[in-house]
Amino acid sequence: MTDSSVSQPNFFEVKKGLFSWIFSLDHKRIGLLYLYSVGSFFLVGAALGVLMRLELFNPGADLIEAKTYNQVFTLHGVIMIFLFIIPSIPAVFGNFFLPIMLGTDDVAFPRLNLLSWWLYVLGALFALSTLVFGDGPADTGWTFYAPYSVKTGTNVSMSVLAAFILGFSSILTGLNFIVTIHRLRAPGMGFNQMPLFAWALYATSWIQLLATPIIGITLLMIVAERMLGIGLFDPSIGGDPILYQHLFWIYSHPAVYIMALPAMGIVSEIIPTFAQRTIFGYKAIAYSSLAIAFVGYFVWGHHMFTSGMSGPAAYIFSILTFFVAIPTSIKVFNWLATMYKGSINVQVPLLYAVAFIFNFLIGGLTGLVVGALAADVHLHDTYFVVGHFHYVMFGGTGFAFFGALHYWYPKIWGKMYNKLIANIAFAILFIGFNTLYFPMLILGIKGMPRRYYDYLPEFHTLNQISTVGSWILIIGLLLMIFNLFKGYFSKQKAPANPWNGITLEWQTQSPPTLYNFDKAPELVEGGPYNYPNAMKG
Amino acid sequence: MNASNFVEGVDFSMYLILSISVFFLVGITVVMIYFLFRYSKKNNPVATNITHNTYLEVVWTIIPTILVLIMFWYGWTGYKPMLTAPDDAMEIDAIGQMWKWSFSYPDGKVSDSLVIPIDKPVKLNLISKDVLHSLFIPAFRVKQDVVPGKDYMMWFTGQKLGTYDILCAEYCGQLHSYMLSTVSVVEQENFDNWLVSSPDTSNDHPGLTLLKNNACLSCHTRDGSRLVGPSFKNLIGRTEIIVRDGNEEEIVVDNQYIINKIKVPSSVSVVGYPSGLMTPYGEILSDDDINNIIDYISTLK
Ligand code: HEM
Ligand SMILES: [Cu+2]
Repeated sequence: MTDSSVSQPNFFEVKKGLFSWIFSLDHKRIGLLYLYSVGSFFLVGAALGVLMRLELFNPGADLIEAKTYNQVFTLHGVIMIFLFIIPSIPAVFGNFFLPIMLGTDDVAFPRLNLLSWWLYVLGALFALSTLVFGDGPADTGWTFYAPYSVKTGTNVSMSVLAAFILGFSSILTGLNFIVTIHRLRAPGMGFNQMPLFAWALYATSWIQLLATPIIGITLLMIVAERMLGIGLFDPSIGGDPILYQHLFWIYSHPAVYIMALPAMGIVSEIIPTFAQRTIFGYKAIAYSSLAIAFVGYFVWGHHMFTSGMSGPAAYIFSILTFFVAIPTSIKVFNWLATMYKGSINVQVPLLYAVAFIFNFLIGGLTGLVVGALAADVHLHDTYFVVGHFHYVMFGGTGFAFFGALHYWYPKIWGKMYNKLIANIAFAILFIGFNTLYFPMLILGIKGMPRRYYDYLPEFHTLNQISTVGSWILIIGLLLMIFNLFKGYFSKQKAPANPWNGITLEWQTQSPPTLYNFDKAPELVEGGPYNYPNAMKG
Repeated sequence: MNASNFVEGVDFSMYLILSISVFFLVGITVVMIYFLFRYSKKNNPVATNITHNTYLEVVWTIIPTILVLIMFWYGWTGYKPMLTAPDDAMEIDAIGQMWKWSFSYPDGKVSDSLVIPIDKPVKLNLISKDVLHSLFIPAFRVKQDVVPGKDYMMWFTGQKLGTYDILCAEYCGQLHSYMLSTVSVVEQENFDNWLVSSPDTSNDHPGLTLLKNNACLSCHTRDGSRLVGPSFKNLIGRTEIIVRDGNEEEIVVDNQYIINKIKVPSSVSVVGYPSGLMTPYGEILSDDDINNIIDYISTLK
């Protein structure tokens, strides 16, 4: 960590030009390629979300037609799920930081890594191509439920092929991380000396590897049914629509943990750094990730309680769903305990982590409500569910993503953003977020179904509040992005370790050199978060 | 009195879990914010490395486990009675199709809205003619998907006089949010009268009645504007480009074409409109019905 290391060219400087980026094998550059693509799609998806909120400001037809609205929420869902949230934390921050945090120079298969980004781009092109080819983007909802998805005239085939290709991108990332974690840890770093972010990615990667093939084949079955008329899911040609729902959720429920676990990993990094003390319950957090990933495989049926499921099946799926809550709540208590007797430096990344816990609690607790059979009968497919999953995915994972961006920003670019503006943007974002989604929970309890272009007059006020929330949110979002861009152009250099972190990424210079470390990093004795200056507990 | 027999079980499980949730949300948030201040860098310059505390960890594993088991249990007990309808329930067929509900009573009465006698269990046999729908009565706290090809049912007892919304909760295409109806809970006596009253003796052309009852007008307008399919206005004699057996051809719409399209819609599709959405009506409409429809359509000029 001497200053002489700064003389080494960083990974931005070693090569210049477009091709040196889009064909780069450097995990850091690939991580940034993902950041720019994933970030752009997030903005597109957010714009579509705001468009929906505008349409819903008043009942009746205002801005767009019913069919367009249906296409918009489908495209919004597809973009947010497949192009933003699933790749977000693993593909951006996992790619950039996993090798560094393990003290190595790259992922196990750099070429596969590049391929998975290219598959991402190809999948994205397929998804966007529906805007120009055929009868427009799919209008089925991101779930592509049969038999409507078989019958509708919109370009479902292209949309599901996009998801199919994106699935491969995700599988390759997962495979790469599993091998990297098994084979490339720095000498002396056992599994139990890994940072918790690595643990979270490890659990996530197994889900990506094992569950994604199922959605792949299921979506191909939709294409086969549409193009060749093979009766798989449409009862009018001999298929079974419920079979589709099972196959769809066998992937898509575990996929929820692909979205959530990496975010939990981020929070488990941020909190010890800003509390300047060791994480409470390292093993509990590490193994609960595996437990969540494992139990998460067996709960998909809770998306189908009103689809005519038998009593015993409903009973089992419901009780298993509740079991997922246990390792999840253990994590929350551990984070809380990590703040206890810390020496807390309240900075923007920590605020995002705290907001994550708050939003994610609402997301998780409302998940318990819909996990209960009786309550779910009423709330299923209402705005309660829309509120619930935005709290999990956006308020949880989205906020963790922003937190990670602010946390590692000085490491990635070697610059610092304006902290005051970052705090203000955070506050606006947090208020906007809750104004946008909390009313949805109430709307759901009052009985407003989701995917509704138009609604009954009694739902008017809450919809208006929600729409106003979307405006506040967007202001916060734009301010945050503006501030991050501005920081990039500032002259002032950030120190190599502005937060006094002790995981390995803070030992190398900012931005890191091409091979990450000039000399082998030193592992912290007594575990990855054993802060040397803190008192013994 | 609750609107239906299920309100109590559903609301109990919902509000029980919501209250426990609010408790934990507020508790954890307050503690978190307290820690941020109490253990700030200023107030606590030196941190303490506490790695674990077995006693605490056991406690915060066991308490959530007990709580979720309680939540599960009330969810289950509120749900279980929905699975089996009482033997003496009155059976009504509830038919969902894009984008219309209709209710067919045992003695042949068909209605767009549901009317039921108070305090009498009612069992709906759920039939979908096309895609997934879901019959949702928020006031009754009941919802059940209506799945083509499956014989599902739902049941409930209306316990309070009044009229409540019926919504479609499973996305079913363009006009999903307009697939609305109502259920009226009435005194037995009024119900009996209603059941025998003939449907509103309107002066509608019988063809128009058929178009309304079979949800044709969900997709086809009578005034020339475009909805999902081509409008019925000026249909007969119109020149259209269609695809038959994979080939595009130009045809003039005549009676035979319409009969065929009603019976086997998949055999031809009109260029510029989605194919595959229309239900085959061959088994639903008689030849007389179809003639009535054509007769009515020929008046739309
Ligand atoms: C500006 C931010 C956003 C706004 C205003 C917004 C708004 C909405 C609204 C109003 C709906 C419900 C549409 C309906 O049921 O009729 C919706 C659905 C959805 N949103 Fe968002 N959203 C935003 C961000 C996100 C994010 C960040 C994610 C995921 C990470 C996300 C994922 C989804 C998904 C999966 C659906 C379901 C689509 C479907 O029903 O098929 N949204 N959004
Ligand atoms: Cu429907």
